[in-house]
Amino acid sequence: MQEMTQQIRESAKRLLEQGQVDCVLGYRKGTVPMQERPFFAYTPEDADQLVWTRFCVNNLANFLIGRQDRIAVVAQGCVSRNIVGLIQEKQLTREQVYVLGVHSPGMVDRGKVQEHFPNRVIHSVEEDGEELVVSGADFSERIKVRDVKRNNCYTCTHRNAVIHDELIGEQGKETGGGNMDKVAAPWEKLSPEERWERLEETFKDCIRCYACRDVCPLCYCNQCFVDENQPQWCGKTVEETDVLTFHLLRAFHCAGRCTDCGACESACPVGIKMRMLTSKLEKDIRELYDYSPGLDLESTPPLSVYRPEDPEPFASG
Amino acid sequence: MQDKILDKSELDAFLERLGKEHDVHAPVQNGGSVEWAAVDSSRDLVWDFTNTGVSPKRYIFPQTECMMRFRNRSDDPEGMVMKEEPGLTRKRALLNIRPCDVKAFRVLDSVYCQDEKTNDVYWRDKREKTLYLGLACKSPCPTCFCTSVRCGPHHEEGLDVLLVDLGEQLLLRPVSDKGQELVSHLSDAPQEAVQQAAKQKEDAEAAIQSRVDLENIMARSVLELYEAPMWDREHESCLNCGVCTYVCPTCHCFDIQDETQGEHGRRVRNWDTCMSWLFTYHTSGHNPRGSKKDRYRQRFMHKFKYMPQKFDVIGCVGCGRCTSRCPVNIDVTEVVRGMNEQE
Repeated sequence: MQEMTQQIRESAKRLLEQGQVDCVLGYRKGTVPMQERPFFAYTPEDADQLVWTRFCVNNLANFLIGRQDRIAVVAQGCVSRNIVGLIQEKQLTREQVYVLGVHSPGMVDRGKVQEHFPNRVIHSVEEDGEELVVSGADFSERIKVRDVKRNNCYTCTHRNAVIHDELIGEQGKETGGGNMDKVAAPWEKLSPEERWERLEETFKDCIRCYACRDVCPLCYCNQCFVDENQPQWCGKTVEETDVLTFHLLRAFHCAGRCTDCGACESACPVGIKMRMLTSKLEKDIRELYDYSPGLDLESTPPLSVYRPEDPEPFASG
Repeated sequence: MQDKILDKSELDAFLERLGKEHDVHAPVQNGGSVEWAAVDSSRDLVWDFTNTGVSPKRYIFPQTECMMRFRNRSDDPEGMVMKEEPGLTRKRALLNIRPCDVKAFRVLDSVYCQDEKTNDVYWRDKREKTLYLGLACKSPCPTCFCTSVRCGPHHEEGLDVLLVDLGEQLLLRPVSDKGQELVSHLSDAPQEAVQQAAKQKEDAEAAIQSRVDLENIMARSVLELYEAPMWDREHESCLNCGVCTYVCPTCHCFDIQDETQGEHGRRVRNWDTCMSWLFTYHTSGHNPRGSKKDRYRQRFMHKFKYMPQKFDVIGCVGCGRCTSRCPVNIDVTEVVRGMNEQE
C-alpha cells in the first residue's frame, strides 16, 4: 500500500504542476486509528499528504458533486462506478474528472477490529501485508485483514476502477469472493410479518443524523424529502414510523443506482446495517433488468427510463 | 464528607436500596459497544469501558419529547384545549455515568436554566429527579481531552457520588447532600483505599495525551476568529451530517413541531443540528448560514467562543465522541488548535 501511496503522490504532483487539474481529491492520514480523511490537494506540497490504505472507507465520488473545477480523484471500483453514475445522471462531465484508478484490496471495518478487543483502548493500527498490528497502552497484537473487512468488500464485484485516465499500481483480483445474493436471500424467505420485525430491529437505534444520506454519492437532491415541509412527508421524531419512512424511502431512491460501496454502514455512528435493504434492491435490479449500476457510461439506468416492455412480475399476481 | 467503601459483592444490595425510589440506568455491554440501559442486577454493570457511543444527554433532553397535547374542535365551546404532559413519574439514577457527561449537564444548565424566564420546565423536571453516580475514568481514549476544558477523569462537578473502581471494591465519595444520604450507611473507606483512588486520578490525568489551549481564543475578538482564513479549507470534507451534534453531550439545539391528525395534535420537541442547512432556513428563503463553511464554523465558534463569552462556560467537556464518530475524521482538537493559533 505504501507504494500505491507514493504513486498517488507522484501522479498528483505531476497533474498539479502541469496544471492538468485544479485539485486532486484523495485521502489524508486521519487523526484516529483506522479512519482516513477525504482530502483536497491544491498544490504539489499538499500532494505529499495523500495516502492510500485499507482505511479509506469514504466514497470520494460524493465530494465531486457540484464542483466546477477540473478535478482528479483517487477511485477504486465502487467509487469509479459512482462517478459513472454521476455522469449518467448529469451531475458531472467526463471531461471534468481525471480518474486515478486504484485496485481496492477491501477496506477494514473498524467496528469489527474493535470487537476483537472488547473494551480495550486502541491507540494505533498499522498495516503489515495481510495483517493489522493493533496496539494499545499495554498490548500489541496481530489480526488478519480478511477477518475484519467490511461486509460489502466481501461481496464486491468490481475492485478495479471501471473507468480510469491513469492507473495507479496494477489491476488486481476483481471480486471479493462473497455472494451478494446470499445477503439478500433472507428477505425472500421471510413472511411479511417477519420482514417487518427484521426492519424494526435493524433500524431501532437510528438517531436520524443522516450520516448515511450525507456520505452517499447518490443522495445529492437539493432538498431531501425528509427536509421538505410543504408538505412534510416525514416527521422529525425518532419514533418508528418516521425512522422507517426515512430509511425505506431512501433505499427505494437508491434502487438501480447503489454500487454497494458501504460508505453508509461505515459512517453510521450506531452501527446500523442498512445494506440489508440495499442488497435486495441490487439483486432485484440485476435479475429483473439485467443491470448493475455504474459499469458503463453509455447505458441508461433502468429506473430512469420508461419502456413499455419493462418486466412487471409484481403485477402478475 | 467522608469517603465510603463498598465491596462489589454487596452491589446488589446497594442497587436494591437505590431501586426503591429510583429507576436505575447504567452503561451495559451491547454487542461491540457499551450503551445506556435500565439495570436491575450488578451482573449487567461493566467496569472496563471507555465511554458510551451515544451520550446520556437523552435522559434529560430526549431526542423526541412531547411537550403538550391539544384538541381543536370548531363546535367545542372551550375552543382549543391544551393539555400538559406529565413529567417524570419516578426518580431516576444514572449509575456509572462518566464525569464528563455529568459536567455536560452543568454546561447545559447555563443554557436551559438561565434565569426566571428562561427556565425550561422539561429540562428541569428530569434534571431534578435524577441522581448522578459517576464512575471515575480509568483508561481515557486517545480522543479525550477533558483536562483541557475544565473537566477531568475524576471531575466531581454536578455529581451526587463519585465511584472509583478499586478492583474488588468501590470507593464512594459523596459530593452532594443527596449523595451523602445515599452512602451514609456504608463503612468509611480505609486510608489505603483513599490513597489508591488518588493515585488512580493522577494516572488517569497523565494518560490524557491530547491537550488543547484556549487562551488565544478567549483573548481574540469574535470577528477576528470568525474571519480567520482557516475556515476556508477546513470545512471541505465535512458532510454536514448530524453525527457530531447528536453524539455530543453538550449540543442542545432543537426543533419544535406540531403534529396534527384531525382535531387532535401534539407538540413535539426534537433534537436538531446546526450542521443542517434547514436549521437556519428562513420562511423568506434567506439562509443566514447558507454555506457549508458557515455551518461548520458555527459549531466550533458556539462551543469555544460564544458560550465562554456569554455564560463563562466552555461548551465542550472533551469527551472526544465527535472526533471518534465523525465519518470523515474531523477532529475537534485540530480545529480548536487552529482557532487558537490563528495569526
